Formats: sequence, structure tokens, C-alpha cells
Amino acid sequence: MTTGSTLEAVGRPLDRVDGAAKVTGSGRYAAEFTPPGTAYAALVGARTASGRIIGINTGAAEDADGVLAVLTHRNLPKVAAPPHLLPSLAGHAAPGESFFPMQDEVVHYFGEPVAMVIADSYERAQFAARQVHVDYARDASVTTLDEGRDQAYEPEAIFAGFLPARSVRGDIKAGFAAAAQRLDATYHFAANHHHPIEPSATTAVWDGDRLTLYDATQGIVASQRTVAALLGIPPSKVRVRASFVGGGFGCKAMIWPHVTLAAMAARWVRRPVKLALTREQMATSCGHREEQEQRIELGATDDGRLTALRHHKLSLTSPFDEWAEPSLSIAAQAYACPHYEGVYRLIRGNTMTPTFTRGPGETTGMFALECTMDELAHRIGVDPVQLRLRNHAHADPNTGHPWSSDGAQECYQRGAARFDWQSRNPEPRSERDGNWLIGKGMATAGYPVFFPMQPQRARARLYADGSAVVQAGTQEFGTGAATAMTQVAADGLGVPLHQVRFEYGDTDLPNVAATVGSAGAGMISAAVHTAVTALRDQLIAQAVLDPASPLHGVDPAAVVVSQGRMELRDDSGTGETYRQLMERHFMTDMDALGSWSPPAPDVPYGLATFGAQFAEVAVDQDLGLVRVRRMVGVFAPGRVLNAKTARSQAMGGMLWGIGQALLEGAVTDTRDGRWANAGLGEYLLPVNADAPDVAIEFVEVPDPVVNPLGVKGLGEVGMVGAAAAIANAVFHATGYRARELPIRIEHLL
Amino acid sequence: MADKGASLSVAKPSTMEIRGPDGVRMELVVNGVSRVLHLEPRVSLLDALREHMALTGTKKGCDQGTCGACTVWVDGRRVLACLTLAITCEGRDVTTIEGLTEGDELHPMQRAFLEHDALQCGYCTPGQIMSAVALLNEGHAETDREIAEWMSGNICRCAAYPHIRSAIREVRDRKTGQ
Ligand code: FES
Ligand code: FES
Repeated sequence: MTTGSTLEAVGRPLDRVDGAAKVTGSGRYAAEFTPPGTAYAALVGARTASGRIIGINTGAAEDADGVLAVLTHRNLPKVAAPPHLLPSLAGHAAPGESFFPMQDEVVHYFGEPVAMVIADSYERAQFAARQVHVDYARDASVTTLDEGRDQAYEPEAIFAGFLPARSVRGDIKAGFAAAAQRLDATYHFAANHHHPIEPSATTAVWDGDRLTLYDATQGIVASQRTVAALLGIPPSKVRVRASFVGGGFGCKAMIWPHVTLAAMAARWVRRPVKLALTREQMATSCGHREEQEQRIELGATDDGRLTALRHHKLSLTSPFDEWAEPSLSIAAQAYACPHYEGVYRLIRGNTMTPTFTRGPGETTGMFALECTMDELAHRIGVDPVQLRLRNHAHADPNTGHPWSSDGAQECYQRGAARFDWQSRNPEPRSERDGNWLIGKGMATAGYPVFFPMQPQRARARLYADGSAVVQAGTQEFGTGAATAMTQVAADGLGVPLHQVRFEYGDTDLPNVAATVGSAGAGMISAAVHTAVTALRDQLIAQAVLDPASPLHGVDPAAVVVSQGRMELRDDSGTGETYRQLMERHFMTDMDALGSWSPPAPDVPYGLATFGAQFAEVAVDQDLGLVRVRRMVGVFAPGRVLNAKTARSQAMGGMLWGIGQALLEGAVTDTRDGRWANAGLGEYLLPVNADAPDVAIEFVEVPDPVVNPLGVKGLGEVGMVGAAAAIANAVFHATGYRARELPIRIEHLL
Repeated sequence: MADKGASLSVAKPSTMEIRGPDGVRMELVVNGVSRVLHLEPRVSLLDALREHMALTGTKKGCDQGTCGACTVWVDGRRVLACLTLAITCEGRDVTTIEGLTEGDELHPMQRAFLEHDALQCGYCTPGQIMSAVALLNEGHAETDREIAEWMSGNICRCAAYPHIRSAIREVRDRKTGQ
């Protein structure tokens, strides 16, 4: 933190500033804008995973009441340039896949849009969409790992070229040769869907050649740039607004075809168009966590020190992109293991390009590693917490650089104490509660710290009456960013919280990148902090230069601001309020723009957020039912901006771990490559009765490297390790080692 | 349209008036206010509220009865607005989240949700609150377990569940003076 302000608001458990709008239902989400004359678009998805359209009959749909247009590959305008996958943190156009539908007659995946019906009401659009008849020449398809195993290959790089497919350190053979203990386990992960409760939606409104989009997005700038690029119009003509977004979890982090299709539809019918995906379409329109398999080979000494770690992943990607969620990062960094080999292998299948899904990659990678670590602990008779402490990497094992901040050890220790880990009898099947077998498990949590690739900007305005408006082109989808940024702004400017309004959700505001990969809190707070402190310093400088000010001639660095009053740090009697200064100079208000440049990617520090997860389960041995009874999570996310919303975010992540461990698995019907459980009636999500009370603690470690306030983010790390802790607890309860997620009843019978 | 012919070919019972499939006049009482609408009978109560009455506080999460985001009260009972045709609500009292506040005053349950941070993205929240208030009236909030069970029709993907329970608990205990 720079000098000149004190932290009064930051960290406090303030109620959400947008909470009242949410509990009253007055906040408006993307599909809740209905300008006069709004028409409704409905998408028709392909009924095969691979093939060609050989006939498409739109007559009945066109004749249906109220239909304004039916668009197919025959008449939909071509995109200006083919899209190229690029993660939205880059701040550029960020299509979720290098593909745009309805450009020709070829079908690549089930559910790919093949027609779009636009009508004057929602019901009429939906009805007419069902009247579109499409004939396909079907080709063989690959929609599961098993169908494509013989085609697996090792690419050069994954993740839009950002991550090499193979990484090594040390000498893996020597590492295994030195091992007294060897473990080898393969884990299978079903594909997952995000299913935020708000389905993705876009309302598109043209005014001449200018386009406004109300979009359900994790990156308004990404939406703006993607649509502009695909339509071939300048981004200055596209304005994206998102005041409220009903959850993202990664599926709104990249910009998928429906957003541009809504704009095309509105241009075609010359009316505002609302396009909301149906719940089933959410499974085929905005990515998923890919089906994958991970093999862990571990070498260790008899006292559990790791000597070698081989971690291979095989996953299914699309025909267009070499995408795999990065599963091998934290698992390679968490422990001081000298010899390492990580490899991604891919199978090209007939699915859309997979995408970020909460805890992207690390949550599966750490599941595999942490279950294997538990196995090692059990085999050699070392307590699982001790095993982690023994192996914790005190510097980034990839580079030898020190962590920018750590805190892992304290997380293990505080978590163990809070959970009462020491009372656990390590013997499996040793504890019972009636017919329930009780088990306790733990795992390491971790997530990398990512930086955006461009300067992040915000603007601050202070009015002479002491009230302030602070703006950044970000969006709030439940993270608590709007509230936390209000706190950051109040402290940086030195004014009371209630005087600050934070504005966001509009690309007319200064740009920040999409909020993905837990980078949001760090980069937005950095931009906001830079803007408000620039404004503060500007006013202090003016006072210092002003002969009429009590601060005339003082050292600006000796001035602090509190409650809107600039005063000497060591002599609070000497000073004046912003208001006095501004009124004396006939000023109504003052602005400043802040621009924060992220550290270079090669900054000489290891960058990660660590934590520890603990879970207790009860397993009914006759019915195979698993109930998670309690969870404890301790995380070291740098600075916590708002204790209340941070707690909620970590809790959400941990409870997602229940879904990953026990409930969530997308099932493919290989006959037509269809997700067989696309709706919420079939794809099981945790409900209230699945979710135990959760205890959360934060270890606040100062981090002078990552950004001005030392914020490392919490959105992902809360989920990483949670499923592993549950699976390890299931082992402790039953003796069953999960090799497949989700764990199902039949595994336990 | 094929379905037009089908519905017209149904023999007309003498006591029943056939309305639709074209738009028909219907009168709905929502939050105590009577409103006249001209809608096709296939329009759900949810779409009638959201698209035709500008009452967007009731959310659409699935449109097929699986998420609870669209929970409203019809004659005081909680129902899923996506599975209810608007036309079947004629002559009934519909209450939505917008009807819960008295002027600017939040309902105690809304206040408790805010204070307990029983929400994140807020999209499931109106449905959760409509269920939560109904739960207390139904007497289904005696224990945490009961709350969890009877609130399990309202999915929260942000997983605010423990906080939703504590918010309900607080309103319950304040009501019963504990
Ligand atoms: S929208 Fe009605 S239950 Fe989901
Ligand atoms: S608050 Fe986001 S779904 Fe419940």
C-alpha cells in the first residue's frame, strides 16, 4: 500500500452494495431488457455430432405466426474473419472456439446452431424453431475418450498456444530410481457443465451503425471486441452493458457464437433481438470441462519425501482447437519434488471447444495428485497433514524463485486445528455413527496467480461535496467485486464508504480485462487503487502549492487523507478538507484516470495461492450414500478485500467440490454424440440438502509483488482440493479409493 | 399451424368456453394490482411476468421446473411460474418478489439474506426468498435439516446454501421471539 491513506474500509465484512437490488429482484440481467419492438431469437441445434446438412426445410417455420426470419447457413451473413481462440484475460477478442456456426453445411458437434428463428414473441420463436426440419448425412463421430483412444497425440502446446504440452525438470528416471516407494494411479473425470442459474443471454439493439449489447458475460470488453471482430465493425461502434450477471463459473468467460448471432439477428430484422439460451442449450453452447484421464506416478522415500512425479493427462478437445484445461500447474509446484515430467495429450473429438470451468484444470490435476498423496501417506504410515508439510515447496520448484507470498504451512496447521484433525484414527473404517461409516480426509488447495496482459484502467471523480464516483469497465457476477472496489476506492481516496459509488458493467468506462482465473480482484483493485490515489495525490499537490491552504509548502508525502480531510500524518490539526480546497478554487469536481501495468510475466517470484481443505463424510454402507457432514477450508489469498464476500466465494468453491466429487458428471450418448443429461433434472448439482455448514479461515499474507494491495484472488482456490479431501474421506470411511469422478453409489456397494 | 387445427377439432363442451390459440384477453392480479393482458394461452406465468409486465424479479433458470428460480406464490402457495400458464391464474392472487417489499422497506427475509450474504450472483435469490418466506408460513423451518430439505427445490449454483439457512433461521427465531 502506498503512503497517504489508511485501510479503514478494506477487509471489513461490508454487506454487498448491489445486495438490495438482488434481494428485491430489481437488478436487471441481460435478458431483462425489452426495448419497444423487441423480437425473440431461438436457436436450432444440430441433431448429430458429425456430418453434413443435406436438406433444410424452413417453410413451416417461415409460415408460422409472427415469424420475422429464419436464418441458416444459406442466408446468414458470413463473419468478417474466422474467429481465433484467445483467453479473455488477454483483453482482446476472445472467441471460445476457432469456429463460427452456420457458415457452411458441415456439422462438427451435437447442438451446433444450424438455424436461428426470429419471431415477434418468445413462444412463437420457440414454436417455429421446432418446425425447422433438417436432414443430415451422418458421419462417424468421436465424443468420448474411449472412442478416440487410438487417435491420441501429443500437441506442441495447448490452451491457445500458451502452454507447452510437455514440461520437465530434473531427471525423472533418476527420481524414480531413488524412490523407495512408487505409486501409479489413473483417474477418470467425467465432463462437467457450468450451469450458472442465469442461462447465457444477449439482447442486441442497433441504432444506425451502432450496436448496444446487454450481455451475460464475465468480460464486457471481450464481448465488445469479439462481436466487433466477427461483424467487421470498429469496437468503438459496439457498447456492451452488463449491470447484473447471474453467475459465470467460466462459461461466460469466453465469447461464444450466440452473442454475435444475436447482433446478426437484430440487424437482419431491424428490431432489438433477445436471444436467451435454453437450459439444455447451455450444455452445447458455451463450453464445458472436458472429459479427461490423468495418470500420476509418484516416487518417494520411506519417510514420504517426493523424489519423482510424472503427471500425464489425456483429454478430449474439439476439431478446431488444441484446448485442455491446464491441470498440471499447481500439482507441479506445490511440492518440492526435484524430478518432474508433465505431459498433455489430446484426442480430437466431435465436441465444441472445452473451456474454463471453475478452478480450471487445477481442480482435476490436484484431485489426482492429492488422492495419490493420501495413498502414499496411508501406505507409509505418515499423517496426511505431516506428509504435506514435509513436502511443501518453500520456493517455486520450477524456477527456484521464492513465492511472492506463501502461507501454506499456516493453512495446514490452522485447518487441522479447526477440524480437530488430530483426533482422527488413521485406520480406515474405524469410525461409525450408527449405520454410517465416518471418514475424514484432507488435501492441498492451490491456484496460480495470473496477470492480465495489458494495463488495467479505472477513473475516479470527486465532487466538491465530498462524494465520489469510481468507474471501471468490469462486471459483477457474484464475486463481490462491486462491493470490494467501493471499499478500495473509499480508502484510497480517504473518504467515507457511503460517499463512494462504484460504476461498472459498461464498455464506455475505462477498460479492464475479463474477470477469469481469479485475476479479477487483484487487477480491478489495482486499477481502482491507482485511479483514486492519483486523484488524491493531485488534490494534495494542489493544496501544497496553494498559499491559502494550511498545507502550503509541506512535503506531499507527509499528508494523509481521512474522512475527506487532507492533514499532516504527524499533526492532524494541520490540514483542510477536499471540499474547502475545491470551493476556494471554484471547482465542482476533479477527475483522474488510473492505469496499472501488471508485473512482467517473468517476474522473479513464484506466483500461487495456497490453502488446505478438510472434509468429513458419512457413508451408508448398505445404500452407498455419501453425505458430506462438514468442511473446513483455510486459504492464503494475500489480502482479503471484504471478509464477508470473500467467505462466500470460498464457500461456493468448496461446495462446488461436493458436486465434483459426488454429483456432477455429463454423460454422452455416443450414438449421436449428445449430452444425455443436459438439463438440471438429470445433471445433478449440489442442492441445499447436500451442502453442510462450512468453516473458512483466511491466512492474510502480505504480498508486495502481485499488485498494489497484494490481492491474489479466491474464486478458484476454494474449489481446488475440496473434491480430493472428500474422496480421501470416503477412503477413510470405507477403504474405497476413488479412481473415477463423480463417485457414484455403485462404486461403494 | 398444425396445432391450431388440432385444438379446434376438440368437441366443445357446452359449459366450457374455448379461448385461443390466438391471443386472448386475460386479467391477472399481481401483487394486488389488476392487469389486463392480451396473450396467447400458451404463455407461461413466468413469461407473462417477465416479458409482458416488466416484472423481471422472477427469474428464468431452466423453464422446465428444475431450478426454482421462478418461484412465486399463487393464492399464497409457492408455485413454479415456468410450469404455470398465465391464463390459469385468472381470478387468483399472484405474488412476486416485487410484492414482498412495503414501499422502500425490505421484508425481514430480504434483510436477512442481505446481512447473511445468502447470495452471490443474485439470480436464484428472488426464488429463494419467495420459498423461504413460504417455508416459515408452512411451518417447515423447525430444524436446519428441515430447512435444507424444504429449500432443496431452489438451486443456488453459487452455493450460498449455508448462508441461506442462517438467514431463514434468523427470521424464524426473531418471529418466535427466541
Ligand atoms: S425456471 Fe422455473 S423451475 Fe427453473
Ligand atoms: S446467488 Fe447465484 S445462483 Fe444463487
